[in-house]
Amino acid sequence: MHYHPLTADDRREMLEAIGVKHFEDLLKGIPSSIRARDLKVPEALSEMELRRELEATGKKNQGSKSVLSFLGGGSYEHFIPAAVPQLMGRNEFYTAYTPYQPEASQGTLQAIFEYQSLIAELTGLDVSNASHYDGATSLAEAGLLALRHTGRRKLLVARSVHPDYRQVLRTYLEAADFTLEEFGFEKNGKFKRKEFQELLNEEIGGVVFQTPNFLGTVEDLDGVAREIHALGAPLILAANPLSLGVLRSPAEWGADMAVGEGQVLGLPTGFGGPYLGYFAVTRELMRRIPGRLAGMTMDQEGKRAFVLTLQAREQHIRRERASSNICTNEGLCALGACIYLTLLGKEGIREVGELNLDRAYYLREKISSLKGYRVEKDSPVFNEFVVFSEKPFSEIQSRLIPQGILAGIDLSRYYPEMKGAFLVCATETKSREDLECFVKALSQC
Amino acid sequence: MLIDPESRLSFEKSRSGRRGTQFPKERLSGKEASKLLPAALLRKEAPQLPELTEPEVVRHFVNLSKKNFSIDTHFYPLGSCSMKYNPKVNEWAAALGDFASVHPLQPEETAQGWLCIFYELEQDLKAITGMDRFTLQPAAGAQGELCGMMMVRAYHASRGEHGRRKVLVPDSSHGTNPATAALLGYEVVQVKSNARGRVDLEELGRLVDGETACLMLTNPNTLGLFEDEILKITEKVHKAGALLYYDGANFNALLGITRPGDMGFDIVHLNLHKTFSTPHGGGGPGAGPVGVKEKLIPFLPVPLVEKRGERYGLNFEQPQSVGRLKAFHGQAGMILRAFVYIRTLGRTGLKQVSEDAILNANYLRARLKTIFPVAVDEPCMHEFVLSARTGKGNDLHALDIGKRLLDYGFHAPTVHFPLVVPEALMIEPTETESKETLDRFVEAMTEIRKEMDRKPEIIKNAPHTLPIRRPDEVMAARTPVLTHRDWLRENAQQAPAESNERVAVHRISER
Repeated sequence: MHYHPLTADDRREMLEAIGVKHFEDLLKGIPSSIRARDLKVPEALSEMELRRELEATGKKNQGSKSVLSFLGGGSYEHFIPAAVPQLMGRNEFYTAYTPYQPEASQGTLQAIFEYQSLIAELTGLDVSNASHYDGATSLAEAGLLALRHTGRRKLLVARSVHPDYRQVLRTYLEAADFTLEEFGFEKNGKFKRKEFQELLNEEIGGVVFQTPNFLGTVEDLDGVAREIHALGAPLILAANPLSLGVLRSPAEWGADMAVGEGQVLGLPTGFGGPYLGYFAVTRELMRRIPGRLAGMTMDQEGKRAFVLTLQAREQHIRRERASSNICTNEGLCALGACIYLTLLGKEGIREVGELNLDRAYYLREKISSLKGYRVEKDSPVFNEFVVFSEKPFSEIQSRLIPQGILAGIDLSRYYPEMKGAFLVCATETKSREDLECFVKALSQC
Repeated sequence: MLIDPESRLSFEKSRSGRRGTQFPKERLSGKEASKLLPAALLRKEAPQLPELTEPEVVRHFVNLSKKNFSIDTHFYPLGSCSMKYNPKVNEWAAALGDFASVHPLQPEETAQGWLCIFYELEQDLKAITGMDRFTLQPAAGAQGELCGMMMVRAYHASRGEHGRRKVLVPDSSHGTNPATAALLGYEVVQVKSNARGRVDLEELGRLVDGETACLMLTNPNTLGLFEDEILKITEKVHKAGALLYYDGANFNALLGITRPGDMGFDIVHLNLHKTFSTPHGGGGPGAGPVGVKEKLIPFLPVPLVEKRGERYGLNFEQPQSVGRLKAFHGQAGMILRAFVYIRTLGRTGLKQVSEDAILNANYLRARLKTIFPVAVDEPCMHEFVLSARTGKGNDLHALDIGKRLLDYGFHAPTVHFPLVVPEALMIEPTETESKETLDRFVEAMTEIRKEMDRKPEIIKNAPHTLPIRRPDEVMAARTPVLTHRDWLRENAQQAPAESNERVAVHRISER
């Protein structure tokens, strides 16, 4: 086996040094009744054979590499500069463990520190952790934090928050014996302000909005933070970080916590993972934030140094009294996001946001002029929007797949009342030709 | 504070007007972006991201990477972490466009390749662990534990047994075990280890009762010892109506040797980033699939991957499911890498993994035990624990020895864990290290042991050869500087006349 260096001679010498005759002597503690017999796993393949097989299996997928995809809904195709995967792939980053020995991990630690700084810039909030598993789990942990902080038991959540996120949130909350209540959205995708206000009371330990929300609508949260804060609860905002070069930031909306999916910052859609959840809070909540934090300090000689800090919150110190059970974060993905944002810089983050707006508005306008389709023009959007069609979406989809087009996401699957509605996404990756090809194909459905 | 050129932040290297990437100029909508949305929805103050050219960004991160120890550059015997070689063909596969460019919400018929990989990995993990069904959804070991313990709760609730509010964990367990149980509202009860470093059966007998929901156990345990009374343990727990949870952090010793399913465990989580070679990435991403026995299948999270005839699909219909732990389907990229690893090794190679991991650990144990006492002196599995307590009255701790090892070019073992061993050094060599490397490690430990007597201060102040000396962790926690902005604020308060940067350059040229 080409990963295993021990030779027959090595093995013999080592057994001798250990003082046993046979390898089996080392396993005497395992009751014979539970010794494994044959492993029912195929025999090994050489790298050449395996690669051939994997290429063939890959061909059974139709990703955006080979088709024109207009899917969004929490995972987005964006341009990834070539330097991002190359730098992420540096062995010294890739194959290091969590930076428990700061002297031997300054590379990872400084990168985390810079990642935290970048997320703080984007969200406008004071503190970011080193990342979470994904957007959904970030939101769930934010919900738990809010309820523990306020000592209340119920969370109020917009129904326009990503359905998977709400399901994960519900799973986490129910496990901790908390509950959640939802308020709806208007036809144009904006949250129902009146319903939100009616449900808001002193029992609510936190309120969750997403912007742009699952329907692509950029929410107008004017006055919302004030109303929530008046009742002593925090505002949790799930925001698309790539939109924050142009869209109003969580801090500007008065949010206490900002969370969301960081895949858009330089990572491929990759069938749903690994991604990263970003997680930022105000200074007031700093000591309650779950997960790892890197901080700046000095070494014995007064040199700048980076360490994991405020670890008194964490499971390996506090065990059953920890603020979360999380230990692994998404270090490498956060590094990718850090490199991506550093490459984009101040101008790039604004430009990419503008390009997303441009492509989405152009496509929406074109589709709105087609017969048989309708859009809500008074819904402000970033890079995706709802299309209402007279035909069931399944019919459109099955006509377009053979043409190499993935048209969007069937919304009736998540919101049964939205029959014929589907979610269409156009990012900066789409050229005029791509969009025109899609519009033409839709018109012929 | 002295700031080396190599420890300057990207923000500090920024110059207004520089850029590191170029986007297309063409605009299609015919409108300025700021006119497309109401002004109230637009950002007022632009985020202050750094401004650097691509070559500057590349040099910045390449130089940062050089400050790390990693498996590809160093022996990394970090106990309980299975720091084995991460095969490059895994990375080749994960980067294939036909996998990487697939969207998680694509129609099933356009993602058959991915679903096939999910299905096949589940079959392999079932065979390897002896469990009946797996979810591949959890993002990490800790989330796998959370998922498993949610199922424990759902299982007892489905039987109307709401009084089971206790979870037992050995005193040598990982911190995530009690943290997870507490997250679900369980009362955590510690079970003492006996003199042989195993679960004390009598103590277990006293603690397990009708209020017990579950026993969480690692086997081999964190001392690297096989719980040889495992069958009595599982029998005792089951007799009380409780479940057994297997923490798979230490699974690297068991491939083809024995299976948790056969030991009597009801729920198992595996860390694909340990046993199955997916990279640790400086702290994730990991993946923590969870396997269960038949009676717990209804509680698995949704969706599950199924094979229907020749097609693969997702099943969301699980009325008793604990719900969902993650958006979409899990850490697909890690699942693919683990699949590739299993196919590369095959049944014979997998068994070799555990045999060599065990052999390497026992060899190191045998050679090192004359230098430092072993916590329990008997054959170990994939790792073992030494105690750095020498009884010489010096002020040297396991941590100091770990730091000194860095100077010798080895990553430190896990130190001061498990908590049951004073001054613990937990060493896991893994199967991908050669005897020569292990011998060099023994030499280093021998040297360090001599230094402890002759020049303890060199150890107390180690490391001496790394990018930084020991950092002030107390200061980091007392005045947290967590972002560039924090640093600007902190720096402004100290307001030195001369810029810090210049001071640093000055000092460096003096050397």
